[in-house]
Parts: sequence; structure tokens; C-alpha cells
Amino acid sequence: MLQEHARIVDFIATAEGVTGRKKLQKMVYIMKKLNVPFKEKYEFHIYGPYSEELTARIEELCDMGFLSEALEDKGSYVQYKYAVTDEGMEFRNAVAASIPKNPEAAALLNAKSARFLELASTLLYFGHLERGEQISKLHSVKGKLNFTEAEIEEAYRFLDELEQLKLS
Amino acid sequence: MSYATQKLAEEKVFKDPVHRYIHVRDQVIWDLVNSKEFQRLRRIKQLGTSYLVFHGAEHSRFNHSLGVYEIVRRISDDVFHGRPEWDESERLTVLCAALLHDLGHGPFSHSFEKVFNVDHEEFTRAILTGDTEVNSILRKVSADFPAHVAEVIAKTYSNKQVVSLISSQIDADRMDYLQRDAYYTGVSYGHFDMERILRVMRPLDDQVVIKSSGMHAVEDYIMSRYQMYWQVYFHPVARSAEVILRKILQRAKELSESGYEFQQPPTHFLAFFDRSFTLADYLALDEGVLMTYFQLWINERDPILADLCDRFVNRRLFQYVDFDPGTDYKKLGELSALFKKAGIDPEYYLIDDSTSDLPYDFYRPGEEEERLPIQLLMPNGDIKELSRLSQIVDAISGKRRTDYKLYFPAELLIDGKKKAIKQQILEMLREGGI
Repeated sequence: MLQEHARIVDFIATAEGVTGRKKLQKMVYIMKKLNVPFKEKYEFHIYGPYSEELTARIEELCDMGFLSEALEDKGSYVQYKYAVTDEGMEFRNAVAASIPKNPEAAALLNAKSARFLELASTLLYFGHLERGEQISKLHSVKGKLNFTEAEIEEAYRFLDELEQLKLS
Repeated sequence: MSYATQKLAEEKVFKDPVHRYIHVRDQVIWDLVNSKEFQRLRRIKQLGTSYLVFHGAEHSRFNHSLGVYEIVRRISDDVFHGRPEWDESERLTVLCAALLHDLGHGPFSHSFEKVFNVDHEEFTRAILTGDTEVNSILRKVSADFPAHVAEVIAKTYSNKQVVSLISSQIDADRMDYLQRDAYYTGVSYGHFDMERILRVMRPLDDQVVIKSSGMHAVEDYIMSRYQMYWQVYFHPVARSAEVILRKILQRAKELSESGYEFQQPPTHFLAFFDRSFTLADYLALDEGVLMTYFQLWINERDPILADLCDRFVNRRLFQYVDFDPGTDYKKLGELSALFKKAGIDPEYYLIDDSTSDLPYDFYRPGEEEERLPIQLLMPNGDIKELSRLSQIVDAISGKRRTDYKLYFPAELLIDGKKKAIKQQILEMLREGGI
């Protein structure tokens, strides 16, 4: 029961908090694509793969008191910072004990910017295509972001690195 | 004349209770409607299990898909036609995408996808680009046309105006299903002035905006969406049926994997149990097929599968109580242990369900959101987000409201043996223990 909620709490606790809704969305998407059994359904939206179910679940977890959501004013924009509360840690210990932890992957993802994760998750979204087509689709849907060849190469390297971790 | 621009000798019309008439002039659209993959949508209900609550809600994804097509046809041929910001060459692409946007839905789609970990959008793409009648029709337009239609539906198409008409916060899909679901459920909310909204829609840069003079019609649409969300889509009794449906599929899978010998083998499901399914396996399923299995499985030897099927077919649904997971999750463990002591498997008979488990959403404006909000075009050319100008929308959108229910079979807790334990369970469920 409440296993899917527990999986999200567990992930945010493992990542030691996540700043940015977009970043959290992409982190979970990339983990899911690398075989971590998150159940949230994703579709393509403005910033790439996005899950309305994940948004709703995060709202529920805040409502339950297991996650805290703090608004950070960054001047020209605002960001939401998510952390697991004491009650959330108690819930995690009670319900998520058997969920495999992936601390290395969580840390690697959390160290990257939202822009970079948007790039990596978009490439993964087009994973059914050949690499050349993936890049061409990336430029077609993300033309305004002007991703450079170096950034794209780095994204592929990053995804390979994550894949080596054999997540579960 | 090329196939892409070929017209029927006479316009075909479908009578429709929501839009009155649905008009088809294009040969391509007519051929698509007559393809077997599109006809299959007649056998998949738009609202899944809601017919067990609202008896009129038997309408299909076929009706809805034609409705979405008709709305987009009116926007493309009437409202946007001749406007310099609109690319007329996209007309057939957007009409086909509107008609085919739900093509990959399966029987009782939401539950089926959850249990078997499949995604109807991937099936939509597979039908459009694979070896199907729909694909052969689209390929007659051009070799890359099936891929373009698939990209519009997947929201990865380069022309964002085209994507917005099919999928955005105020799109043809939502405008049709809100009105259609209201009509067939018989509820009095869900209605809004679509004619007015269509008249004030404008293509602009990468999106479709609404002239600010149409704000009140959009407010009405947002209110309808809000009301339908809570009164129809999240109806707790329909969710009870959905819970039972999910558990039937889960039980059949578990029995099959454990080597149980079915009296009525789950032939149509086997490829989904071991994930070896093909597109043909998926297209062979519809709600008639599933209901036939459920009928037959009422007589299975496994008491859980038989009971769950009987409940679904004969509408003996689970009862429910509200619960607060934030404080009650520990008691769920206790309750689960008591169910086991009472000889009732909690995996199948004690189920939590929350709003995030459901496939509908409501309007969320604001910062750092991933979905483009509804934008109003002001008389001076400025663009403003709807909730910044509308107090009504600001009051009801983006506000958190969650709903958690715990489902259980009340009558199993009243009859039979182990009465003391069952009494304890009922007290926990009904007297504020949970």
C-alpha cells in the first residue's frame, strides 16, 4: 500500500532534496527509463517528458506532510525546493524499506542543471530512433535552447555512465 | 487530383448529439473512419467503468474521436482559414491527428495500462507507423505523412500551433469530452459556450491564444472542467469498479504465473502476462472480449478471481471510507494483518486509491509549470495568463485538493466465521479508527 508514494519519498530522501519541479520531473523520468520501476506515466510537454501523475503525487505527499515545498525567489524566476520531512522519513522507514536505493545515480542526476536534464531526458524520449534522428528531433523540438554538439555529447556520456550503474 | 486533396462526390454527415452533425468531405478522412483500427474504437467506452454509476455513459472512443475531428475541422476551415499566422498546408495533418489521437487506447485503458505496464500512446504510434490499414491510408498521402501525424499526437511536431489544437489546456480533445461526457452521464454541469471559444481562438507565434473578449466563455469552460473532474471523473463508486477491474487483471496474471489451470484459459492475455505481445495481440482486445472472460471466470475454481468477476459483472462493488494517509498509514498495516487473520486477502480486498491514480487533471496556471497555460490576447497585443485576469479561474485553479479512499468488501466483513476479528475491522473502518 502507498508503494508509489513511498518510492517518490525514498528517491527524494536518497537525493537529499531536489530543487526545481522541472529538475525533479526529469530526474524521475531518467531513472524510470533506466529501469527503476516508477509507475508515473510521462508525455512530452514544453520542457520535454513530463508526468501529470508525478505532479499530482508530489502534491499529495506535500498534503500528507511527508514532503516540504519551499518557494525560492531567484530574481527573474522562482523555484520550488522539495525535501523529506521528519514524518516523511518515518513513513519511508515504515513503507519503503524494501525499495532498492540508487544513491550514486540520484547524486549524479542532482548535480546536473535542469537544462542539462531536459536535454538528456529529451534524447531518451527519442530513444526509439537512430542517434542521428534523435539529435535532429532534439533540434526540431528544442530549437530555441540551442544545445551545442558538446552538450549533446556530454548528455550521451552521462546517460552511458548512468546505464553502467545497472539501476533497479 | 492527389489523394491528399481528393474530395468525396457528396459530403458525408454523421448525426451527433453534441455537435449535431459531423461533416466529412475529404476522401482520406472517410477512408480512415472505415479502417478496422478506427472501427475498433466503437468497442471501447470513453468513460471506462463510469457506466456503472451513470447508466447513460456507454459512449465510445469512436464518438469522441469523430467529435474532436469535427471541432478541429471547424477551427481549421472556418476560424483559422485565411489568417496569415496559420499554415494552411497543415490542414490534413491536423484533421488526421484529431481523428486518430485516441487510436491506441485499449479496453478499460487506464486499468489495463497500469496492470500490464503498457502505454496507449506507444500503441497509437505503432498503429500509425506499423503494418495496419490506417498506415496504408496515410502512406497514400506521402511516405512521411504517418510519422507527421504520429508526431502531432505525441506533441513532438515542429508546428506547435498544430499540437496545441489537439493537446493543450484548451484543446479540441477536452472541449469534446467535457461536453460529450456531460451529455451521456446526464449531469447538468460540463456545458460551456464552445461556439464562442472557437470564434475567439487565434493562432499566434508558437501557440493558440484566446482574444480577451472571450474570457468569460473560457471561465465557463474551466468551471465545467472543475465540476466534471470532481463530480464525474473522480466519482468514488466508479473508482470502486476500477479498483475491482484492476484486481481481476492482477489476479488472472498471478494465477497464470503460478501455473493455475484455468477452466477458461486467459488466451488473449498470455502475451501481456509475459510481455511478448505484438500490435496484433493488442488490437485483438476490446471491452467485449474482456467482459466475456469476466463472465466466464465467474465460474472459475479460484475463489478470488470468481468473486472479483462476479462483483464487476453484477455490480457488487466495494464500499469505501475516506482516509488520511499522512496519519493513517500505520493503521493500514494493522488493518492488513487483521484482514489476513479473518481469512480475507488484503492484496485483493483492501485497496487504497488517490487522485494521482486517475487519468484526469485540472487547470494549473502559474510559474515553473511544464504545460503552457491559457493565454489571453489583449486589445493592445499583449499576452496575459488567464488566472491573472480572471478572479473565478484564480479562485479554483492550481489549488491543491486531494482525495484518498480505502476500498473493501463490506458484506464479507459481516457474514461468516471469525466474527470477532471482522467486528474489530469494521470498527476500525467505520468508527474513526482509520
